[in-house]
Amino acid sequence: MQVTLTVNGDEVTADIEARLLLVHFLRDHLGLTGTHWGCDTSNCGTCVVWLDGEPVKSCTVLTAMAGGHEVRTVEDLEQGGELDPIQQGFMQCHGLQCGFCTPGMMMTARALLDRNPNPSEEDIREAISGQICRCTGYSTIVRSVQWAATHDGDRDSAVAAGSTS
Amino acid sequence: MTVTEPKPAPEFVDNDQKPVGHGRMLRKEDPRFVRGLGRYVDDIQLPGMLHLAILRSPLAHARIVSIDTTAAEAHPKVKAVVTGAALAEQNLAWMPTLSNDVQAVLATDKVRFQGQEVAFVVAEDRYSARDALELIDVEYEPLDPVIDVRRALAEDAPVIRDDLEGKTDNHCFDWETGDAAATEAVFESADVVVSEDIVYPRVHPAPMETCGCVADFERVDGKLTLWCTSQAPHAHRTVYALVAGLPEHKIRIIAPDIGGGFGNKVPIYPGYVCSIVASLVTGKPVKWMEDRTENLVSTGFARDYVMRGEIAATNDGKILAIRTNVLADHGAFNGTAAPIKYPAGFFGVFTGSYDLQAAYCKMTAVYTNKAPGGVAYACSFRITEAVYLVERIVDCLAHQLDMDPAELRMRNLLKPEQFPYETKTGWVYDSGNYEPALRQAMDLVGYDDLRREQAEKRERGELMGIGVSFFTEAVGAGPRKDMDILGLGMADGCELRVHPTGKAVVRLSVKTQGQGHETTYAQIVAEEIGIPPDDIEVVHGDTDNTPFGLGTYGSRSTPVSGAAAALVARKVRDKAKIIASGMLEVSVADLEWVKGSFQVKGDPTSAVTIQDIAMRAHGAGDLPEGVEGALEAQICYNPSNLTYPFGAYICVVDVDPGTGQVTVRRFVAVDDCGTRINPMIIEGQVHGGLTDGVGMALMEIIAFDEDGNCLSSSLMDYLIPTALEVPDWETGHTVTPSPHHPIGAKGIGESATVGSPPALVNAVVDALKPFGIRHADMPLTPSRVWDAMQGRPTPPI
Amino acid sequence: MQVPAPFEYERANSVDHAIALLEQRGSEARLVAGGHSLLPMMKLRLANLEYLIDINDLGTELGYLRIGPDQVRIGALTRHRDLLESDELAATFPIFRDAERVIADPVVRNRGTLGGSLCQADPSEDLSAVCTTLNASCVIRSSDGERVVTMDEFYRGPYETAVEDGQILTEVRIPVRPGGSSAYEKVERRAGDWAICSAGAAVWMDGSQITDARVGLAAVGPNTTGIPAISDALRGQQPSDELYAQAGAIAAEHCSPATDMRGSADYKRHLADELTQRALRRSVARITGEGA
Repeated sequence: MQVTLTVNGDEVTADIEARLLLVHFLRDHLGLTGTHWGCDTSNCGTCVVWLDGEPVKSCTVLTAMAGGHEVRTVEDLEQGGELDPIQQGFMQCHGLQCGFCTPGMMMTARALLDRNPNPSEEDIREAISGQICRCTGYSTIVRSVQWAATHDGDRDSAVAAGSTS
Repeated sequence: MTVTEPKPAPEFVDNDQKPVGHGRMLRKEDPRFVRGLGRYVDDIQLPGMLHLAILRSPLAHARIVSIDTTAAEAHPKVKAVVTGAALAEQNLAWMPTLSNDVQAVLATDKVRFQGQEVAFVVAEDRYSARDALELIDVEYEPLDPVIDVRRALAEDAPVIRDDLEGKTDNHCFDWETGDAAATEAVFESADVVVSEDIVYPRVHPAPMETCGCVADFERVDGKLTLWCTSQAPHAHRTVYALVAGLPEHKIRIIAPDIGGGFGNKVPIYPGYVCSIVASLVTGKPVKWMEDRTENLVSTGFARDYVMRGEIAATNDGKILAIRTNVLADHGAFNGTAAPIKYPAGFFGVFTGSYDLQAAYCKMTAVYTNKAPGGVAYACSFRITEAVYLVERIVDCLAHQLDMDPAELRMRNLLKPEQFPYETKTGWVYDSGNYEPALRQAMDLVGYDDLRREQAEKRERGELMGIGVSFFTEAVGAGPRKDMDILGLGMADGCELRVHPTGKAVVRLSVKTQGQGHETTYAQIVAEEIGIPPDDIEVVHGDTDNTPFGLGTYGSRSTPVSGAAAALVARKVRDKAKIIASGMLEVSVADLEWVKGSFQVKGDPTSAVTIQDIAMRAHGAGDLPEGVEGALEAQICYNPSNLTYPFGAYICVVDVDPGTGQVTVRRFVAVDDCGTRINPMIIEGQVHGGLTDGVGMALMEIIAFDEDGNCLSSSLMDYLIPTALEVPDWETGHTVTPSPHHPIGAKGIGESATVGSPPALVNAVVDALKPFGIRHADMPLTPSRVWDAMQGRPTPPI
Repeated sequence: MQVPAPFEYERANSVDHAIALLEQRGSEARLVAGGHSLLPMMKLRLANLEYLIDINDLGTELGYLRIGPDQVRIGALTRHRDLLESDELAATFPIFRDAERVIADPVVRNRGTLGGSLCQADPSEDLSAVCTTLNASCVIRSSDGERVVTMDEFYRGPYETAVEDGQILTEVRIPVRPGGSSAYEKVERRAGDWAICSAGAAVWMDGSQITDARVGLAAVGPNTTGIPAISDALRGQQPSDELYAQAGAIAAEHCSPATDMRGSADYKRHLADELTQRALRRSVARITGEGA
């Protein structure tokens, strides 16, 4: 079947099987391999992307169901060569180690800050509670999001603060 | 002869984090990961690439009567279907394990665990490959499975390994360490003896990225390139050469970015071998990525030790001896990664952080109809089990003596003047200063206040627990005279090359799976040769362009490969000094090294930077007598001993008396990993390990029913902590350098996974003190806690 | 990752269209809304179907939350997230917010729906217990028209509901009575897990007397368990710890838990007792203004 959807602002049309999962469409058909997969039961959250502005687990969405809708992936966080404060925050605060859960965590965190610019630690932990990290122990992820919250809307100084970019 | 004008040294961030500078520098690898540009195995797409899927046994123990692959072969998108019989014709149906056992690549005669590989298909896409599996018809004759490890050696137990000549039982190996007679004598005359049955259940590392590979056999060159989730690419390459009969120089293993390893990615799995065969057969690249069920059910599990711990002491709490009897479940094949002389890894450190008069361990390892493995999940070769045993049994002693567990430990910890300390099981702890670590942990957590709070709460029937654990672990395998895996000594190489313009590349034998090597190794080298870390490229994971070594696991990178990096950088610096002497026209003795440049002593204006020297080394003109051009060096480092990180952990839990739910309120971890390279990365490693501990203590278990069906075959059933189950971690540190390591570093990767489970279990048992129980086994789910509160704690198996 | 077997996909543009498609395709067709119950089962190949009918476009017809003085009407396509975030709903029936907080996880709640959850009919499913507690009714539409069933009638067995082939659950209706409040208590091994046991309670009071009370349990029987015996025992009584204990004991008697990886049957029975008491206590505290 044919499907048309918007991915990171670009309209994409493709001929796909109805059963093709959105995560596989993004990764294998569009080469957007920043979104990952790590389980069979919608538990790990390494596949989180935005669907019409909301975080969803793309392993549990059919590409067909995303037809006519807007998808946003981690590759779209960086805009005009500038990293999103979320991305800066994760680097500043060691919010990642192996990096596998990181895109999903950042997409959820970005959505959180868009709705709640000043989340408490509890709010942050709650927001990411459907996603698993095996490396960081979550404290640094919380701090990364808190860093981003205090630097949101302040992209220039955020870029200058990192020792690598 | 011209002297190069001294140029100002590049901006050097001289923070106070000596002896390895740049301390908390941000990670060099992060920029690609935060952009979603990490390159993991499943990201790899090659032209014409095919997909492999594995058909697995639904039964734990069964004879294979027949396999009909005709329907699968007829599927329009299927390119090949291969069974064990086909592999057997090429002598590829069986392969060696890392423990000198053999394991089936594809089952030939029988299946021996649920999830065992039976056949594979290769198809145009992964969806078709999955469909084709359903078209393979296997007829099984079910056999009685051996699932209860305590009955594996029963008279009537079915024999699992009838593939081994003359095998008539399920015995895998026996092992012992220590002095049985001396230990018995101490126990006989001791004031107090406490015994407890302590189980460390089967758990699984479950990294977020599952295992997989892309195999690309290039027919004309005869070269195999294998992208693989491998923590030990060189070791894998040599094993493939030995097993598959491919010449080693024609095998290239590339471990790209790996999404977590934790020991799960050390073994060679049948799936990798199948992919290689598939690529050979089809002439195309073949990708295999296992799904999560396959990962949990068939790949290297961890632990599964049924232990009886005994501790002998005086009435006033002086620990005299520890004895243990262990029944080890190795699954259907002995697939643990263990140095040959150490089939039980380093379990011998069950003597703990205490000065014992005697110690003895007797272990029996058996086969069962479960997945192979055992050494994984930050296991440091069984140190997790050893530390859990000793720290649990010490707490049982504290319970028996009605003594505060921190106080009991304080009385028995080894003293700094006793190091290097040889344990009663023959391990030589390199250095340690234990008391300050425990004091710091107690101060940070506010121990006395907490005990007061606990007393008040107990009066009101509230359940609050404080758990202490002190661990010493042995990491950094290891000296080649004693330690080899499948005959490959555990010494590691390192190569450093400085380019003409003063940038450098360091090539490692180890392979990070998130531990930050691209940063920490740049820091190690930067400190030795004065080139800023950002100017040092770290290369790892590709056997074609890195030196040989045994890979990353058992926290061995920093102690072994980190040492190699420091020493090879010093070699380069030594050579640079000679070149500098020529440039400055002085003798080597007149030079001193100051922050990236060699200066003439007493005349700082007479100096050349390492960058100047690099250009000179490649440039025109003579070099000093006996000095070759270029600025590089290579080394193979054989450690003289393991290193012994240690730590003091204190945990506070609250237990809901109505439901048995455990909340981890606080966790303080004080670690000593010797010289600290990057404190930010160290803290991250500790946080991750502490979370593992919460997982194992409270919710993780790979469970089976009596038919051998794995009940923990998805992340819905194998529960891993989320951000809501863990507190904000509190860490501290002390620094006791390793005397034999060039920069005194010991390694940190697995410390927290080792030290935290006993702290957590000790805390929960402490919370349940009003109910009179002395021990309860992991996982302490609400139901199992409630059982303990009723006075009937049960083992999980 | 595991992947579904092949099927055909269609998108419904109205409820009537969805029903027509269901009738055309017969028993090999299933509706998909949020998909977080159905798609995982399809990936594991535990649910195999030939036609998948996507009803996510039916938000106008089926996604709503209408809170009136006598009745709350919730469209079947209402997402968990909306149920969690609605302050109006939380004010009328706090049990919804209590439960939604512990259903799945925030990302899944963006997609999952009330209708999807109820129709999955998992014995451990939380919203089923909430609806049972609140004496909800379910509106089922077919080409023949609508019928309204009670929660007892809605559940026919584990994973089995009164929604037959060619039919669709469109709405859940909950009566509103003055003087009431409600609460939900769930024990799970870890955030996002299914309940080991959970209890919903709804209490109505007149002055210091309980005029009515309802308790619904999840995960301790083949379907959500509503317990009329508790209602009988509590009507006309004054709230007290003894009364709650009495209700708890009745709850423990009126469930049939099974021992599994989540917990032993004994423990679950104990939880039925304990959580019933807690849910009742909290409901009463909310009525009297002593607690949230």
